[in-house]
Amino acid sequence: MKKILCAILAVALVLSLAACGGSSKEEAKSGSDFKVGLICLHDENSTYDNNFILALKEVQKELGLEDGQVFIKTNVDESSACYDAAAELVDEGCDIIFADSFGHESYMIQAAQEFPEVQFCHATGTKSQTQNLSNYHNAFAAIYEGRYLAGVAAGMKLNEMIDGGKIKAEEAVIGYVGAFDYAEVVSGMTSFFLGARSICPSATMKVTYTNSWFDIAKEKESALNLINSGCVLISQHADSEGAPKACEEKGVPNVAYNISTISMGPTTALISSKIDWSVYFKLAINAVKDGKDIPTDYCGTMKEGAVKLTELNEAAAAPGTQAKLDEIKAKLENGEIKVFDTKTFTVGGKELTTYTADVVDEGDFKPETEAIEDGVFAESSKRSAPYFDIKYIDGISNL
Amino acid sequence: MESSKKHLKEPLIHITRRTDIPRVKAWCIRLVAIIASLVVCGLVIVLISKYNPIEVYEKMIDGNFGTKRKVLNLLKGTSALLCISLAVTPAFKMKFWNLGAEGQVLIGGLASAACMHYTRLQFGNSISSWQLILLMFATSVVCGMIWGVIPAIFKAVWKTNESLFTLMMNYVAIQLVGFFIAKWVPTGSGVMGVINLDTKCGWLPDVFGEKYMFNVIVVAVLTIVMFIYLRFSKHGYEISVVGESENTARYVGINVKKVIIRTMLISGAICGLAGFLIVSGADHTVTKNLAGGMGFTAIMVSWLAKFEPFMMVFTSAFIIFLQNGSSAIAMKLGLNKSVSDILTGIIIFFIIGCEFFINYKINIRAKQKEAK
Repeated sequence: MKKILCAILAVALVLSLAACGGSSKEEAKSGSDFKVGLICLHDENSTYDNNFILALKEVQKELGLEDGQVFIKTNVDESSACYDAAAELVDEGCDIIFADSFGHESYMIQAAQEFPEVQFCHATGTKSQTQNLSNYHNAFAAIYEGRYLAGVAAGMKLNEMIDGGKIKAEEAVIGYVGAFDYAEVVSGMTSFFLGARSICPSATMKVTYTNSWFDIAKEKESALNLINSGCVLISQHADSEGAPKACEEKGVPNVAYNISTISMGPTTALISSKIDWSVYFKLAINAVKDGKDIPTDYCGTMKEGAVKLTELNEAAAAPGTQAKLDEIKAKLENGEIKVFDTKTFTVGGKELTTYTADVVDEGDFKPETEAIEDGVFAESSKRSAPYFDIKYIDGISNL
Repeated sequence: MESSKKHLKEPLIHITRRTDIPRVKAWCIRLVAIIASLVVCGLVIVLISKYNPIEVYEKMIDGNFGTKRKVLNLLKGTSALLCISLAVTPAFKMKFWNLGAEGQVLIGGLASAACMHYTRLQFGNSISSWQLILLMFATSVVCGMIWGVIPAIFKAVWKTNESLFTLMMNYVAIQLVGFFIAKWVPTGSGVMGVINLDTKCGWLPDVFGEKYMFNVIVVAVLTIVMFIYLRFSKHGYEISVVGESENTARYVGINVKKVIIRTMLISGAICGLAGFLIVSGADHTVTKNLAGGMGFTAIMVSWLAKFEPFMMVFTSAFIIFLQNGSSAIAMKLGLNKSVSDILTGIIIFFIIGCEFFINYKINIRAKQKEAK
């Protein structure tokens, strides 16, 4: 008897659930109805995601959007959770939805196919050029310029250590904690290294990977391993406070990414390079508001303020760093310095004269595009997401 | 002993087992527990945020029933959790501590994803979606069975500890998923992404024009089948007897080894089915976190429902309700997701805790106590 009762209740539950549904968003849009969504892989504790969150909040203030017009979904995995999050944001009435992590891409495309009236903008992705979806867009910035410039600050610090007799010239070994070993990370580390070596010619670099975007313990452990193996300066492309804190503990200078880490390492954090996403957020949001097209694949530059360095920590940096940074920044902006100038590095002892990169992402992982143009590896010019994936140029090696 | 007992002072509190609590009273205790948990959650909300608890609970309900999609998501989550709970039930009823549902689901999901990936490479568009779905179904069920039966054979033949064995099989499954994703997606951040996004080949079709309904129907049928199997079949009876006492089972001529292996084959197969349903009917991809801890939550669902398949509909729906509600609070109120996890934790703590008061009676000294 009680079984039958349970069965009836079970059926009733399912029916009531189905009955509750039915209302979907079909409302008229006016200015105050305009809504923006952001999907983040982690939350504010991740430097990477925090950089997005702070930028969106800044834009919210600037464009005068209410709290009820901006939705931020945090801790959304690179799985179907991303599609679910996007669909929920559509139900909330969002007109434009951003996602911040590389692995979110195919789920954003899935959502873009299903909701053609909503704009989907995916940061760091590679597929917008091959998808032919008018409401799906990629964005990145020429962060290699920022990394190069941050490398200059690192090179100044290395020189100071050499000149002060703390280390010998050949001991100027940089340690780099990478998340994954694909183009985005490889391009970032190489440009950072080239920047450092442009100032400190004897610099070399050791790299190790955590295979995770955010893992405090692993990032800390990796940084400590690098320090123990003789690295005298650390930088990272991973999103937690692990490496900066390890550096502060050991008194080793650190160059970070995304946000200023001076509070985590008051005596060791030198500077950070970052993408200022507010530039893209503003561009995309205004485009939707004005009924204009969002670029299919947008790449911000240092010149337009999309790539920045955070405040220099004078307490940790070498004297004269700021002046040097200003000088190099001007040269990067006017094109006098090209980050991936093939004359400045060799691969296997030889200068790079030709390189086929995987620029057109058709899911085949096969390179098809010549990337060397006029003696420069033309990073991010054919597609916003980096495609410099040479592991490694001479001077960089695995730990 | 007995004579000395009279001289001893009776303890202030002592606990006796209840065997005949009326159902109404039991449900009253559960209701009180839920209300108490909501009050404690309310206090926590007031202490750590500026929000009105009622508003938070409203958002929680809205997060599950606010739109059609939210209802569908509730159904999707419930069907997956219920399917896994049904899978672990026969084993737990037999007192075989299968902590490996997570891995069995994962390996089923991996098998489905592998079918999708390799048929795409081999046949392109020349295979029909239904052919692929059948292939995925069969492969997943078989793989789930294999993952479940390995510890069962070791337990039946060599008396190994099944809790540890099944638990370790989870890690093997996780690593296998990691291995295959790295093999299939040589660059990038270790994410498989949606498989067959362009062709939708191997995706379970919409039923009644809705996503996930296929899963819901399959799991609903499975619930009924599992109820009949456990309640009315000879197998179900054998499972109960082995669970009560292996010696009794042997005495009445039940082949215990056979029952253990057969039951784990079934348990593994249903886990494999769950993996297939998740990949084909919902996620269309595989990740290391495909089962998302549901292999363990399912144990709680099954125990809370006292191994009754129809009760599990409610317990699993309740757990998913809390999960989805939590993430809605996190987004709507801008609270960190950890806050909502804390709330879920408090509610589940009270619900599990109240079972103690249903199964045991607390006697306080002042009261008169019967001698026997």
